[in-house]
Amino acid sequence: MGMTMSQKILAKHAGLESVSAGQLIMAELDLVHGNDITSPVAIREMKKLDQKDVFDQEKVVLVMDHFVPNKDITSAKCTQMCRNFAHEQGLTNYFDVGQMGIEHALIPEKGLIVAGELSVGADSHTCTYGALGAFSTGIGSTDMAAAMATGKLWFKVPTAIRVNLIGKKQKWVSGKDVILHLIGEIGVDGARYQSIEFTGPGVAELSMDDRFTICNMAIEAGGKNGIFPVDEKTIEYMKAHSTKPYTVYEADADAEYTREVTIDLSTLKSTISFPHLPENTHELGSFEDIKIDQSVIGSCTNGRIQDMREAAEILRGRKVAPDVRCIVIPGTQDIYMQMLKEGLVMDFIEAGAVVSTPTCGPCLGGYMGILAPHERCVSTTNRNFVGRMGDTTSEIYLASPAVAAASAVTGKISGPEELGM
Amino acid sequence: MNAEGKVLKYGDNIDTDVIIPARYLAIQDKQELASHAMEDIDQDFMKKLHAGDIVVAGKNFGCGSSREHAPQVLQTSGVGCVIAESFARIFYRNALNIGFPIIEAPEAAQAIAEGDRVKVDFDTGLITDETTGKTFQGQPFPEFLQKMIAAGGLMAYVNQNGGKI
Repeated sequence: MGMTMSQKILAKHAGLESVSAGQLIMAELDLVHGNDITSPVAIREMKKLDQKDVFDQEKVVLVMDHFVPNKDITSAKCTQMCRNFAHEQGLTNYFDVGQMGIEHALIPEKGLIVAGELSVGADSHTCTYGALGAFSTGIGSTDMAAAMATGKLWFKVPTAIRVNLIGKKQKWVSGKDVILHLIGEIGVDGARYQSIEFTGPGVAELSMDDRFTICNMAIEAGGKNGIFPVDEKTIEYMKAHSTKPYTVYEADADAEYTREVTIDLSTLKSTISFPHLPENTHELGSFEDIKIDQSVIGSCTNGRIQDMREAAEILRGRKVAPDVRCIVIPGTQDIYMQMLKEGLVMDFIEAGAVVSTPTCGPCLGGYMGILAPHERCVSTTNRNFVGRMGDTTSEIYLASPAVAAASAVTGKISGPEELGM
Repeated sequence: MNAEGKVLKYGDNIDTDVIIPARYLAIQDKQELASHAMEDIDQDFMKKLHAGDIVVAGKNFGCGSSREHAPQVLQTSGVGCVIAESFARIFYRNALNIGFPIIEAPEAAQAIAEGDRVKVDFDTGLITDETTGKTFQGQPFPEFLQKMIAAGGLMAYVNQNGGKI
């Protein structure tokens, strides 16, 4: 029986000719990373080991992003612990205020991951890097400690779901709509323990930013990883960002999948996840007016330049509705600089939105836009569980940058079509 | 290895944000962190809980974030184990890594009621509802994971194996 793309990468890193679903393997890692919340626990756990040094000073990466720039003393202590560890260990890739970005926007941008590699990170959205044709998955802090020390981790080889993408995207439909639609169809545990392998002619219609968004939310369907095949767009991206050699893997023609889902991009509509589960999806136009108090445009899901351009195009020359707070958070310093060069920051501020330095901030209820009781936020982030962005009675509607921007103008959940765009 | 206690029952998709909200995640002290366990879904959780009590839940327990703080606060607060219809994968892995007992048992999770007294034998996977007299077969762990749990979690296991996994 043939292997899926994900299985091939695992087999190679375990030094095996082939692997099959359910098999337990030990694999060598190309990248191990953590953030300011997960790394302190990992650093503390690693101290329990006899092994005191990290296995590789280049491959262990720390990105300070969740509560950074630090929101209070407790989080400042977390970052300080990471900073000290990075210096003691001589880590090449430690990203703090000034260089940091949201980890899953930053790490590909800095060329730290390429096709064919095996990456683990102490953050559930580490699955993002599958867009580059890598096997990338989220882990906890103890796993991170073991990985930092040994450069290896155990894995159970996953089965896979194949998602066949066909057709051409309509205007204002983007990667976010693709993944929300998928989660709505298969459920928040629809891909539990499985790889989600995206294929089909529709792949070529999706930009790298679309693919990062899609893979980012593989975990929201319970997926172990999401992955795209490597094509010219992938290679162009890797050449622009990295000097590392890469390997292209393709699923065997006779690889087995437990399920196949087809998504027709040409009929896909703007999709919104209603509170309080990402699978609670509704198409734009299928519901009555829903007034909002806040719109967040950013995060590891949608904080990239394509997202910012799309949102700016909608907000340019328009005004954020009265009583709506529109908060724009670019994913990295480079993206922020690009926004400045293109005049997007001006567009946002003139519209009455605000532009923040990169941070995870409101996405997980940290800071930079927390919700009061009964408030509603439309957000380009990735989770809308109870209490995720503030009070337990607040509500989060997950959406694309186009919907988040249009909603900021109308004051209710809308698409750009309602603005005549 | 066994767990035995009174049941606290919850539904499907109990996510990591309700198990331990992110606003507390910078707290390093385990006891202080555990005082906020399940706060956003059940304000009385810490008041109701007695050491050794067993959480029984539906599908996809622990979904959402990779935060190891989630199984950690349940362990620190005194929960004896979690029986669920199914577990989200990162939570499952984290729980084993810190030596927190969990077991996947759909029939048991559906049948057991709040307040029942339940016993779990982790070597065989046998779950006994002492209140109703019913027994259920849960999935015991693969041998490698049993060794890891017996060692006391991943860190202890790595040390025992000379720094290797």
